[in-house]
Amino acid sequence: MENDIVCIDIEKRMLTTNGPMNLVIQATIPAGELVAIFGESGAGKTTLLRILAGLVNPDKGLVRFGNTVWFDSVKQINMIPQNRNISLMFQDYALFPNMTVEQNIQFAQPERNVSTVNELIALFGLTEFRKRKPNGLSGGQKQRIALARALARKPKLLLLDEPLSALDAEMRNSLQNEIAQAHQMTGVTTIMVSHDLNEVFRLASSVLCIENGTIVRSGKPEVVFSDNSISGKVQITGQIARIERQDTINVVTVISGNNQIIKIIAFDSDLEQLNIGDRVMVFSKAFNPIITRLM
Amino acid sequence: MDAQFVQTLWITLKLALSTTVILVIIGLPIAWWLAYSQVKIKPLIEALVSMPMVLPPSVIGYYMLVIYSPRNWLGAWLAEVFDIRLAFTFEGVLIASVIFSLPFMVQPLHNGLRSLPDSLREASYTLGKSKMRTFFMVMLPNIKPSIITAVALTFAHSIGEFGIVLMVGGNMPGETRVASIAIYDEVQSLNFDAANRYAFILFAVSFVLLTTIYSVNKKYDSWKMI
Repeated sequence: MENDIVCIDIEKRMLTTNGPMNLVIQATIPAGELVAIFGESGAGKTTLLRILAGLVNPDKGLVRFGNTVWFDSVKQINMIPQNRNISLMFQDYALFPNMTVEQNIQFAQPERNVSTVNELIALFGLTEFRKRKPNGLSGGQKQRIALARALARKPKLLLLDEPLSALDAEMRNSLQNEIAQAHQMTGVTTIMVSHDLNEVFRLASSVLCIENGTIVRSGKPEVVFSDNSISGKVQITGQIARIERQDTINVVTVISGNNQIIKIIAFDSDLEQLNIGDRVMVFSKAFNPIITRLM
Repeated sequence: MDAQFVQTLWITLKLALSTTVILVIIGLPIAWWLAYSQVKIKPLIEALVSMPMVLPPSVIGYYMLVIYSPRNWLGAWLAEVFDIRLAFTFEGVLIASVIFSLPFMVQPLHNGLRSLPDSLREASYTLGKSKMRTFFMVMLPNIKPSIITAVALTFAHSIGEFGIVLMVGGNMPGETRVASIAIYDEVQSLNFDAANRYAFILFAVSFVLLTTIYSVNKKYDSWKMI
């Protein structure tokens, strides 16, 4: 396992919708962990994932997996994706339309093994669709097939590109469980691109925050995303949906990661730093929250 | 008369079938290369492949005759080493026909490959599958309508070839006389009955082929929407 540490030290000049940008990344991903790459769209997250997969070449630098060099611009080493022993789960799932669910999973296997295919199909609840082609299936079902196919390859590094972005909140919730379960079961080093805080908190043991092509913060999600000076009893992260300025008070509506609506009274001075769409943390330390069981 | 009619149709069919088979074999790798290569000379190759669509058949026919001529190095080499003469032979017509129908095979395949999301190919690569395996297992099965279109268009186009066959092959019964040339020949001899029979067969074959293309593509369109 110790040999499966991923070392990245690369530079890549990119053209984004906001103009040219330099992706400069130095990071070490510990073996067996699930690490999230977090950031706004256009920050370079997906490009970093594609560089690891060998689908995009950096301008210079080094990518090493354990003792194997995958890319080295000085020694002119560039291992093709086929030899890297990875699985990349694409945002659009990239299931093969000509193959059935079962064949999609089988295709990914290095050596044909029917019992592993059956296990994966059972694990991801795909038994009733196994003979169907992916085209008519729902987003959640396609996501499960893509994950099962990615695992069928028995990769040493699993790359997930915004695996749940196309799904609704409820589906996302149940699939987060499956990703967590799959990671626990296989212990494979996993790198997940995400712009969903909830997902990062739920799944990742550490997170790399990328802004404009560089890592601005990294560490455990709870450390990276919360201000250490806050010692609140309740902390909820969410996004500002509405700011209402009334005569004497201001009401800020925040929608939390699991779509809870929270209304907060805010002072004028607070509002100076807050805008609609901002990611915020709502916390409380003055009173003891009350806990009750849901029916 | 009837024996000649059957013979002419047989040569027409043999030419169209051979052209199509040869073009499937060389058209697939060319289409793949054009779809995914990033070399700088690609526009040049694309233009060359598409040239037969815009050039009059007589231009290509003329150049083929020049190349086949024993006075030039290729013609001379073929004649000396293999004792092969291509001008006014079926083989010569076949090579010209392959070149002339090339874009009708390559363009639908190229468009089909380009219409597939890149992620399909990339997913197969990241799952450890070679380029060859990806091409045959993932890409080709997903461009079936394009393959059917390419094959039918090439076949229909080869069956109706006139100018290039006339230039390169002339009108030699049993060797290079195909249906389209027979029509011209029969009309020139005021033999309208015979011309009519050839014309009707060419019309019917082309009509059936095009109807097949459109109905197959319609089937795949509705299949995609489900």
